[in-house]
Amino acid sequence: MKIAFTATGTSWDSMIDPRFGRTEFIVLHDEESQELISIDNWAVKNETHGAGTATSQKIFELKPDVLITGNGPGDNASGALKHLKMKIFVNAHDMTLRQAYNNYKDGNLKEI
Amino acid sequence: MTEKKPFKIAIASGKGGTGKTLLSTNLAAYLSQTRSTLLVDLDVEEPNDFIFIKGTLESVSDQYKMIPEWGEDKCTLCGICSNVCKYHAVVQLGTFIAVFKELCHSCYACSELCPELALPMQKHKIGELSKRSDGHLTFIESRLEICEEQAVPLIHQTHNLVDEDYNKIPFQLFDCPPGTSCPVIAAAKNTDYVILVTESTPFGLNDLKLAVETISKLGKPLGVIINRHGIGNNDVESYCAHNQIPVLAKIPFDRQIAKCYSKGELVYAKVEHVETSLRQIIKYLDETHGNHE
Amino acid sequence: MKPTEIMNEIVVLSGKGGTGKTSIAASLAVLAGNSAVIADCDVGAANIHLLLKPDFGKTFEFYSGELASIHQELCTVCGKCAEVCRFKAISFIDDHYLISDLDCEGCGYCERVCPTHAIAMYERKSGHVYISKTKVGSTMVHARLDISAENSGKLVAAVKNEAKSIAIKEDKQFIIVDGSPGIGCPVVSSLSGANYVILVTEPTLSGLHDLKRVHAVISRFRIQSGCIINKFDLNLEKTVEIKHFLEELQIHHLADISYDIAFTQAMTEGKTIVETSSPLKQLIEEVWYNVKEQIIIKK
Repeated sequence: MKIAFTATGTSWDSMIDPRFGRTEFIVLHDEESQELISIDNWAVKNETHGAGTATSQKIFELKPDVLITGNGPGDNASGALKHLKMKIFVNAHDMTLRQAYNNYKDGNLKEI
Repeated sequence: MTEKKPFKIAIASGKGGTGKTLLSTNLAAYLSQTRSTLLVDLDVEEPNDFIFIKGTLESVSDQYKMIPEWGEDKCTLCGICSNVCKYHAVVQLGTFIAVFKELCHSCYACSELCPELALPMQKHKIGELSKRSDGHLTFIESRLEICEEQAVPLIHQTHNLVDEDYNKIPFQLFDCPPGTSCPVIAAAKNTDYVILVTESTPFGLNDLKLAVETISKLGKPLGVIINRHGIGNNDVESYCAHNQIPVLAKIPFDRQIAKCYSKGELVYAKVEHVETSLRQIIKYLDETHGNHE
Repeated sequence: MKPTEIMNEIVVLSGKGGTGKTSIAASLAVLAGNSAVIADCDVGAANIHLLLKPDFGKTFEFYSGELASIHQELCTVCGKCAEVCRFKAISFIDDHYLISDLDCEGCGYCERVCPTHAIAMYERKSGHVYISKTKVGSTMVHARLDISAENSGKLVAAVKNEAKSIAIKEDKQFIIVDGSPGIGCPVVSSLSGANYVILVTEPTLSGLHDLKRVHAVISRFRIQSGCIINKFDLNLEKTVEIKHFLEELQIHHLADISYDIAFTQAMTEGKTIVETSSPLKQLIEEVWYNVKEQIIIKK
């Protein structure tokens, strides 16, 4: 399974970024290889228009099975993401990536 | 013989809640007692004039903007479309091209630069124009569909339609969107005179200054109406005097006005001093228009 | 302790203009004193500075969107750019093609079709962001837009991010956000990361209508909210209707405030209502206490 996070930094101790479209980083954890890679979302964050759809496009290229984020994507991004078979968990915005991941494993996060 | 051009008046305000709708509807209804008048609600995101203007519905017409539509069979997934779109309205999601209509600005770049012509432009409904009549009053409401974000194209279309179909109505009032950004510029651009409605408070003054700057950029003559006069201070009046901006009327602060308004009633028939203010405004506008002709 | 565990973001919203949103946000900012960072996201009609008296201490320029520009020495006057522009932003004046800043939407189509690459896209300067100290000693992040520039999700995000990083750095308990009007992209942006939303409405037909629309946006983001009915005595029937709506959707009813010119009088003196001797002072203090309670219960 590949798990994507919207994050304010690039490590397990970074906080979840509550924003979807304007998230600082997208961090991807591959459970098989145990790799943690991060994508700087700086360029999209600074877009005036359509940050949500632009970030969705990036998520699409990564093809994660699960997305863990804060407030959840807005209408446009949700419309884009439904084309991908991916579970979305929200309300993780007061957690570090590690805490969010553990909570997800324990079934404590809310799925939309 | 050339036909007499209508006098077009924009009613605007820097911020919301100053009494723009109150003034537009009462002025239009009062004017229509004696002459043929057109009221156009251009506050397309929150059109509220209909609450106060009754009358019979005569017609409703859909308004459109042009957006690209993906033709899957022709598409080679070359990626040019999502690359050229500055608004991220066209994005490539795997083997799927998604078009987000609300984000599209109708620039045609993706459609015309597609080598396979796989993104033809299609009509997409963005709003509705409805026409009501009540005696000498013709009332046009321009309403943006919920979730549509771009007010400007609809405002332009409404102005064009009014120019084509209602050129014979001599007195035309346009209730503009609040604020100082693109929608109010689009609404006021095509008019002859701008009335700014404000209140005599520090917030009112601050927003008035911004609105005056914006309207001045358009080079339109303008006047101010001070609503809820008597509360706050005299800074708005000093500002107007200092900058030689005429004050057309001062509508006193009166709970009775707020009460009528909250129930969706026209005020001038119930509160006498409002009628006096409306008369003053009309007198001023008639003189101004006379001078401009 | 991690900073985000103690930091709470409270957004004040209204949908419709003129309901008293800014006056209430400013009052809460005064009550919170130096325990909060203030973010003014009502950039289109920024007014809270009139009550909080920030010092405009630090400033930086803000860019948003793009703008096309023609390098005249490279231009062969072929006219392709004007042909493709759907916004009538390019006109032929005195043997030159010129782009009007006011009409250009930054779509970049002209840049793409120019055969001599004479057109380039530039970032559009759209205003300034300020980091100030308010009269109560708290930090406030606010912005001023250039004339005819539009408020955007990006600008709101910039103001909020700045406020947030200051709150973390200075270990503040609250961020109080004066939210954007309407229901568009700036509002969505001002909601992101919020813990609690205070809705300010008034008992008029349009007040209730806009309250419903704004609440629809909030509930999408699953944020807890409470509501203040301002000028409640203006139309008691409507007030009852609003209360039913609040009950139905489990929105915490925070307070009813009467239609009182004390608000305006205070404003005229550059003060918030909580800095006067008006009886409303106590009411707003209770609201602030209740909001804090609500957030703590949730945690």
